[in-house]
Amino acid sequence: MRIGVDPTKCQGHARCYGLAPALFDLDEYGLSTVVGDGKVPGGLEDEARLAIANCPEYAISEVAEI
Amino acid sequence: MNRTPPVDNWATDFDVLDAGYVADPFPIWEQLRRGCPVAHTARRGSTWMPTRYDDVTAMAHDVDHFSSLEISVIPFDGTAPDRPLLPYGLPPISADPPLHTWTRRLLLPWFSHRRVDGYEAMTRELCAGLVDGFAGAGRADAAVDYAQQIPVRVIAHLLGVPSELSDNFTGWVRDILEFADDPERRQRGTQGILQFFLDQLDRRRSDPGEDLLSELLHTQVDGAPMEESLVLGTAALVLIAGVDTTWSAIGSSLWHLAAHPADRRRLVAEPDLMPLAVEELLRAYSPVTMARVVTQDVEFSGCPMKAGEKVLMNFPAANRDPEAFPDADTVVLDRAINRHVAFGSGIHRCAGSNLARMELRVALEEWLRRIPEFHLAEGEEVAWAGGQVRGPRVLPVEFL
Repeated sequence: MRIGVDPTKCQGHARCYGLAPALFDLDEYGLSTVVGDGKVPGGLEDEARLAIANCPEYAISEVAEI
Repeated sequence: MNRTPPVDNWATDFDVLDAGYVADPFPIWEQLRRGCPVAHTARRGSTWMPTRYDDVTAMAHDVDHFSSLEISVIPFDGTAPDRPLLPYGLPPISADPPLHTWTRRLLLPWFSHRRVDGYEAMTRELCAGLVDGFAGAGRADAAVDYAQQIPVRVIAHLLGVPSELSDNFTGWVRDILEFADDPERRQRGTQGILQFFLDQLDRRRSDPGEDLLSELLHTQVDGAPMEESLVLGTAALVLIAGVDTTWSAIGSSLWHLAAHPADRRRLVAEPDLMPLAVEELLRAYSPVTMARVVTQDVEFSGCPMKAGEKVLMNFPAANRDPEAFPDADTVVLDRAINRHVAFGSGIHRCAGSNLARMELRVALEEWLRRIPEFHLAEGEEVAWAGGQVRGPRVLPVEFL
């Protein structure tokens, strides 16, 4: 599983970081990026799905594997 | 506190200051969502109010048609007392891009998740101390003795201003937000805050510190110091937006836990639920409704909106929309899918949301740690404030 954050949609709600701190980084303005290339380490798939499902801006989605 | 004529038709003559609406808006939203999802009123100027999640979030994202130059839910009748000193209002909340963009970037780092982590210990100590004050008494006013005391002191700490003035801050902010339809109180609150910050800014010019006010004063914009009116407006915003709102969320959450013993006991037994529970309580009892002004004629969700009319983005109602949240009127502490917009949506997402969330979590943790069993005091009234910010202002509870 691989995930991505659309920087044109993210508004810094930080819900993803709260739910899945291992998968996201926030900058000082609250904007989120995925850790590394967005590849979800084994065992964290549920956290990734929660982050996708709780983003108020629909900014996070599953993306194609590299 | 009934300051408004009665409402007969919520679709065509709504009033967010109606005493019945303030006390229990939920059935009214439900009725509007089904019958007339964008309500209208001519009270205090022509104003539209969407109550469905999709409409509210679409409006929040359409900053071309819906400007933040007017954000007060209650328009001010007469001469606005703050305009001579604050020509830009309280940026970034009262600004559109580009002013919104750069003033917001000044504020956001002060409320980043890392900075907020640094305020947690101080918040926890504050909450624990407040509980110490009444834990032995067997009863407390959870609004006045607890919720109301927390955010104002955290914000004072962040601004680097004396927390002994907390009662003054609270009074001024209530005058502005909760009594906005009373010109005398609104004037008093505005003058109080502006005079206070003018004095604080003067002190920091000669003796700068490490605080937000000092940083704003020394900010350069295009090679010149930031205009004083912008510094003043931004500083006042932090106080005004950071006090009533979070206090309301803490109070509403404690009201829910006092009135719903099964949820309270579950949260005590399963403390790991707290992060999800905080989001769910924010969803179910969102305090804040924000206004916008229509910039150009537009048809929105079938309604002909005219330039100059106001709209109220009813985030609290959006968060109770059953189309967006199954079983929306039930608090589900571990609700897994929860795209709530208690902090708004789009470019004006609450800049202090990380701080508010931390304060709510710590306030609930410290209360429940010491007072796991409590209930609404029998036969005593709970008093709610509403309009721009909804939450309990009198909340008598009893415990062993």
